Amino acid sequence: MSEVTTEMELIADLVPAGARVLDLGCGDGALLAHLQQAKGCSGYGVEIDDANVLACARRGVNVVQLNLEEGLALFGDRSFDVVLQLQTLQHLRNTEKMLRETARVGRMGILSFPNFAHWPNRLSVVQGRMPVTRTLPYQWYDTPNIRVGTFADFEVLARRNGLQVLDSFGFHAGRVVRRWPNLRASVAVFRIAGG
Amino acid sequence: MAAPGFFFSGDRPQMGSLGHVTPQRQRFDAPLPLRSGAQIGGYDLVYETYGRLNAARSNAVLVCHALNASHHVAGTYADQPKSEGWWDNLVGPGKPLDTDRFFVIGINNLGSCFGSTGPMDVNPGTGRPWGADFPVVTVEDWVDAQARLLDVLGIDQLAAVLGGSLGGMQALSWTLRHPQRLGECIAVATAPNLSAQNIAFNEVARRAIITDPDFHDGHFYAHGVLPRRGLRVARMIGHITYLSDDSMEEKFGRQMRAAELGYSTQDIEFQIESYLRYQGDKFSEYFDANTYLLITRALDYFDPAAAHGGDLAAAFAAAKDKRFTIVSFTTDWRFSPARSREIVKALVDNRIDVSYAEIDAPHGHDAFLLEDPRYHGVLRATFDRIARGLKA
Repeated sequence: MSEVTTEMELIADLVPAGARVLDLGCGDGALLAHLQQAKGCSGYGVEIDDANVLACARRGVNVVQLNLEEGLALFGDRSFDVVLQLQTLQHLRNTEKMLRETARVGRMGILSFPNFAHWPNRLSVVQGRMPVTRTLPYQWYDTPNIRVGTFADFEVLARRNGLQVLDSFGFHAGRVVRRWPNLRASVAVFRIAGG
Repeated sequence: MAAPGFFFSGDRPQMGSLGHVTPQRQRFDAPLPLRSGAQIGGYDLVYETYGRLNAARSNAVLVCHALNASHHVAGTYADQPKSEGWWDNLVGPGKPLDTDRFFVIGINNLGSCFGSTGPMDVNPGTGRPWGADFPVVTVEDWVDAQARLLDVLGIDQLAAVLGGSLGGMQALSWTLRHPQRLGECIAVATAPNLSAQNIAFNEVARRAIITDPDFHDGHFYAHGVLPRRGLRVARMIGHITYLSDDSMEEKFGRQMRAAELGYSTQDIEFQIESYLRYQGDKFSEYFDANTYLLITRALDYFDPAAAHGGDLAAAFAAAKDKRFTIVSFTTDWRFSPARSREIVKALVDNRIDVSYAEIDAPHGHDAFLLEDPRYHGVLRATFDRIARGLKA
């Protein structure tokens, strides 16, 4: 859990060396620590969870304890090269506001979230049941994922908010999926910029 | 887990406790210029140190005290039972601020009534106690005086400055006045300045003291009296602001002293009244009225952004390469989390390294003095990291 996973490595590769990074929902700070050590990045993580804040402090990663639902008033316009929002979007009530805030605060945003249109999920729904998978491991009644969307849905939402999609691809079982990601990938990854 | 000395009692330190500590006194003959333009010529500072300064003199941590505290941060006095320092739960061997690794310094601020030169001391100009004539001192003046004591101790560079509440203001001020002399700032339950409401509470406390007939314009020492009534009320109102509504409700609720109503407007009916009166009585026995006035004024005046047109970020530009840890408590309404976030924002605007923990604790402002595993965990992690980076 605390080690840099392949998804983290993949995301880390998208972050330019020396970048000023804001990691929204930074968890235990593993990615930020990795970016600092391997790529000379600097910046802050944002977390709401006490245990994660403590884990970040132990790693020596800058962490700001904050509820993302309250927005990013603490951070100025375009004050970061990269804003990361990895596996966070699905937990937020104000998805759209957060998306706009991400674009406001960073020159580039990198987002990842579970792709509900991944074929096993579709199969499950066709069979009349909500999917329970490695990426969506929860039962419908206890899931913290209050926003479930698809790769294709996000493209629409980004356009609606005037955001520019710089790149997008799927991610599944440790591999990048560029062909039919909406069908073939359990995770969607988007690189966006403000319009 | 048994540390050496665990099986001994009496003089031998218990595990986690510093054991007996001794205050020290330092005389300064060179006058200290004050922010007001006045100066204090010739003064004493009392202080305590715990742990050992390493060979590189790199492991010193200054702990700044708040309104009614002192240089006695941790440990006990040999001749006084129950004399634990005010931050004994945080500072000691194996504690979050570990005296096995750090050399910890507590300094009593100028104007205090706990040993450093203050209003109770004799004004060399008049031969009588300073009383209300003691010069008005500011947070910045205290910081400068602390820096002079460090000169005497041969400490050029502090590993960190730590403080809570008014002590946190001093810790912040250190990064602005002497940034080259510290590595990190840890400021707990503090604010970049007082709000109107905060100044209002201070003013009520001051009026209570000043209008006490025993105050005698601050020269009550000559009359052989103490303005105890004023001090009591000042402490009572202060105390209310240090607690949260919830913690007061939980501790006292509407508990009555007696089973039946006494139908008295003046007797104690509710336990909260009894508690506040007790706190007021206790305080009025040991605290000096002029010191209370001075310290509340220092609180009122603290406002590092003022010199920069109210721009706190511009003020913190001076602290460019420092590292900060800011902690607030959700139920602290005297120095609310929103005030700490203002500090964090000013630091973030300057791209300064900062971590901010907002601890969901029920105890109000007082939480900074209590042991909370999340709060102490963050401070322990911070000091562990600082210790790892020390030059031996």
